[in-house]
Amino acid sequence: MLSRTADHLFWMSRYTERAENTARMLDVNYQTSLLPQSAQAAQMGWQGLLSISELLPAYQAKHGEISPGAVMEFMVVDPGNPSSIVSCLQAARENARAVRGTLTTEVWETQNQTWLELGRRIAAQEHLRDPGQFFEWVKFRSHLSRGVTVGTMLMDEALYFMRLGTFLERADNTARLLDVKFNALKSEYHGAVAGDGSQGADGEDYDFYQWSAILRSVSAFEIYRKVYRNVIQPERVAELLILRADMPRSLHASVAEVVGNLAMVAGDSAQETRRRAGRLLAELQYGKIDEILATGLHAYLTQFLDRVNELGVRISRDFLVPA
Amino acid sequence: MKKFDEMVATLPEGLVRSLPWEGQPMAGVRPHYQAYAAWLAGRSAAQMAARREEAEMVFRRVGITFAVYGAKDEDGAGTERLIPFDLIPRVIPAHEWRLMEKGLVQRVTALNRFLHDVYHEQEILKAGVIPSEQITQNAQFRKEMMGVNVPNQVYSHIAGIDIVRAPDASGEGVYYVLEDNLRVPSGVSYMLEDRRMMMRLFPDLFSQHRVAPVMHYPDLLLETLRASSQSAAQSGAQDPTVVVLTPGMYNSAYFEHAFLAQQMGVELVEGQDLFVKDRYVYMRTTRGPRRVDVIYRRVDDDFLDPAVFRPNSTLGCHGLVEAYAAGNVTICNAIGPGVADDKSIYPYVPKMIEFYLGEKPILSNVPTYMGRDPEDLKYILAHLPELVVKEVHGAGGYGMLVGPAASAQEIADFRRVLEANPVGYIAQPTLSLSSCPTFVDSGVAPRHIDLRPFVLSGKEVQMVPGGLTRVALKEGSLVVNSSQGGGTKDTWILED
Repeated sequence: MLSRTADHLFWMSRYTERAENTARMLDVNYQTSLLPQSAQAAQMGWQGLLSISELLPAYQAKHGEISPGAVMEFMVVDPGNPSSIVSCLQAARENARAVRGTLTTEVWETQNQTWLELGRRIAAQEHLRDPGQFFEWVKFRSHLSRGVTVGTMLMDEALYFMRLGTFLERADNTARLLDVKFNALKSEYHGAVAGDGSQGADGEDYDFYQWSAILRSVSAFEIYRKVYRNVIQPERVAELLILRADMPRSLHASVAEVVGNLAMVAGDSAQETRRRAGRLLAELQYGKIDEILATGLHAYLTQFLDRVNELGVRISRDFLVPA
Repeated sequence: MKKFDEMVATLPEGLVRSLPWEGQPMAGVRPHYQAYAAWLAGRSAAQMAARREEAEMVFRRVGITFAVYGAKDEDGAGTERLIPFDLIPRVIPAHEWRLMEKGLVQRVTALNRFLHDVYHEQEILKAGVIPSEQITQNAQFRKEMMGVNVPNQVYSHIAGIDIVRAPDASGEGVYYVLEDNLRVPSGVSYMLEDRRMMMRLFPDLFSQHRVAPVMHYPDLLLETLRASSQSAAQSGAQDPTVVVLTPGMYNSAYFEHAFLAQQMGVELVEGQDLFVKDRYVYMRTTRGPRRVDVIYRRVDDDFLDPAVFRPNSTLGCHGLVEAYAAGNVTICNAIGPGVADDKSIYPYVPKMIEFYLGEKPILSNVPTYMGRDPEDLKYILAHLPELVVKEVHGAGGYGMLVGPAASAQEIADFRRVLEANPVGYIAQPTLSLSSCPTFVDSGVAPRHIDLRPFVLSGKEVQMVPGGLTRVALKEGSLVVNSSQGGGTKDTWILED
C-alpha cells in the first residue's frame, strides 16, 4: 500500500476518535455543570477540559476569561482550534476523501454523511440548544464509523492502519482525561505520596458525582459496578481505566490493540517500534495500581503520554512518511 | 434557424417554455423514444420531483462533486459542487451508434497514426498535406518525443471525441465531430454514475428498454492500460503494475481519478508518491519501493516532470520523462498528443484519415475557418455575429465568442483580440445544436446537448456503447461545459 494512503487512513481514524473523545469530555463537563457546585469548581471543570488537550493558552489568548459558552464555542465549532469537533471531523473527512478509493463505499459515505450533517446541525445551533443530544450524535457517528470499518473493510493493511490510528489516539485521550481529572479531585494521588483520603471542600457526596462523571465519560460507569460490585473509589477508577484489559477504553486495552495491529502491518520490519510498544504493553499487563499511585499518577501518566507520542512518531517514520 | 430535437420530431417554432408530458405522451415523438414517452406520461410531476431530489441527495452523499477553481460556496465551506443530473435520458438508436462507432474507430486510429508520424518520419508534412510550421511551431509539439517509440504506437490511449448533431437543409439531424480530446479527457465517471443513478431511480425503465450496458468501462480501461505496458506490448505476458496519477484532491476531476482507480483496483498516486531511480519509476509503499509499469496520468504534460517541463511543478515526478524515453515506464496518454487535438489541427483530420487509411471519413467535421488563413480571416471578421470563434489552445468553454449570443460590445472587444492574434483562433458557423427535453424550472423543455464517447486504444480500438451526454441547462445556451453550468444525462444506445 502507498505510504501516503496509509498516512491518510491512520489520521482519518485518529481524528474521528479525537472528535469522539472531545465530545465525551464536553458532555461530561456539561452534565456536571448542571449539578449544584461552587462557581470555582465549575470554573475548574472547564479549565481542566482545556488543559487535557493542552489548549489553555490558545483559549486564553482568544477569549481570556473562562466561560462555559466560550469554551463550548472554542471546543465545538472553532476552526482555528485543531481539536475542536468541527476541525477533527473536517480533518477526518478530508483524509477520507484523499483515499476514498481505498475505503469501502460504506466507510466513505459514513464519513461524508457525518461531515454534511455536522454542517446542518451546527447551522441549526443544536450544540447550543441541546448540547447533550449533539454530543451523543458525535459519539454515535464515531461508533458507526468504527463499526462500518470493521464490518466492511477487507482485513488487510488498510484496516490495520486505521485501527492503529484509533487506538493510539484512544490511549492518548484516556491518559489525558485521567491526568486532569485526578489532578482536580485527588491531589494526594496525583502527587508523589498516597494520602489518607482526606476530602475536598465539597465533601464526599460531591466527589461521588465527580468520579462517576469520569467513568461515564468513558462509558465505564456500569462496567465499574459490574467489575467491582462496590462503592466508587479513586484507586479502582484508576485501575479500571489504566490496567484492566477488558475495559475497552483503558490504556491496557488500547495499547494491546496498538501492539496487535502493529504486528499485522510490520512483518519483519520496524523491530524497534514493535519492541517499544510491546514493552509498554507488558508494563500494563504486569503493573499494579498501588505501585503506580505510589510513584504518583501524574508522573506515571506523563511518561505514558510521552511514550505513546513517541510510538506515533516511530510509526510515521517506519511506514507513513518514509525518508 | 432550423431545430432538431432528439425526442420530438415536430418541435414548435420559437422558444418552447415547456412541453406537455403528463397524462398522455408528447406529440410527434420519434420512434426510438416512444416507449419512453409513454412511460413518462404515466408519472406525475411530484413523482419526478421526488426522484430528482433523491438523485441530488445520493450524489451529495456519495460525494460525486467537482471543484470549481476560485469559487466558494455560499457558506464558504468549500468549492465542491454537484453537476446537475437530468432524469430524461438521451436515446440513440443502435443503427446510428454502429455507424458512429465505426467513424470513431477510424478517426482515433488516424489520429494515433498521425501522432506517431509527426514524432518520427513526418511523412504527412513531407507530402504537404499539412503545412510543416503548423506542427513544428505548435506549442503542443513536444520535441522531447521525436524518435521516442511508444508501445503499440499508441499516443492517445483514452480519447474523448465531442460529437454534436445539427439539422441539415432538410431538417434532418447530422452528427459532426466538434473536437478531439486526446490529452486527458474527463467525464467518464459521470457516464457511469449517471447510469447507476438511472438504474437506481427507475429500474422498471430498464426492464422495458434494451439499453446497451456501459458499466464494464473500467475493465476495458484496465485491459487497455495493461496492454500498453512495454512488456505486454513486446511479449504479451507479464503482470504490469498500473497506477492512476492525480494532481490531488483539490483538482476539479479528483472524484473521477479516485473512482477509476478504485474501479480498476489500482493505486491512486500523487507525484510525491513516485520517484525515479536508475531510470525506473517506483512508488513509496509501506513495504518499501515498488516498480511502476504503466501510469494512467491525469496530469497535463507541463506538470509531469520538473526536470523537463515546468521546473516548479510538484504534481509530477522528477526524472519521469527520462525513464519514459528509456522505455522503462508507459505513460497514458503519451506525452505530446496535444499537437493532434489542437483546434488549429482539427480542420486537417479528414485529410489525415485519407492520408493514413486511404478511407473516406465516416464522421464529418464542422466547417472551420482558420484565423491563420488570410482569406478565412477576412470572412471571420466580416461574419463575427454569426460565428463561434474559439481559441486554438482553449478548453472548457473559456475564451470563446458565441456570435449570435454576444452583445455588440462583446463582439467589438473580441474583434480587437482576434485582430491582434489571428493565428490563435478558428471560427465555425453557429450550429443549431440538437436539443433534448430536460427537466427545468418551467417544466420539461428542450435544451441543447452534445455527446462525448470515450475511445480506448491499446492492442485494439474499443469503446463502451454511448458516452457522456452534456446538456446546457440555460435556455438557449450552447455551452455544455460543467464549468459553465452544464449538466449531464444518461445516454442510452437502444438495441433494435
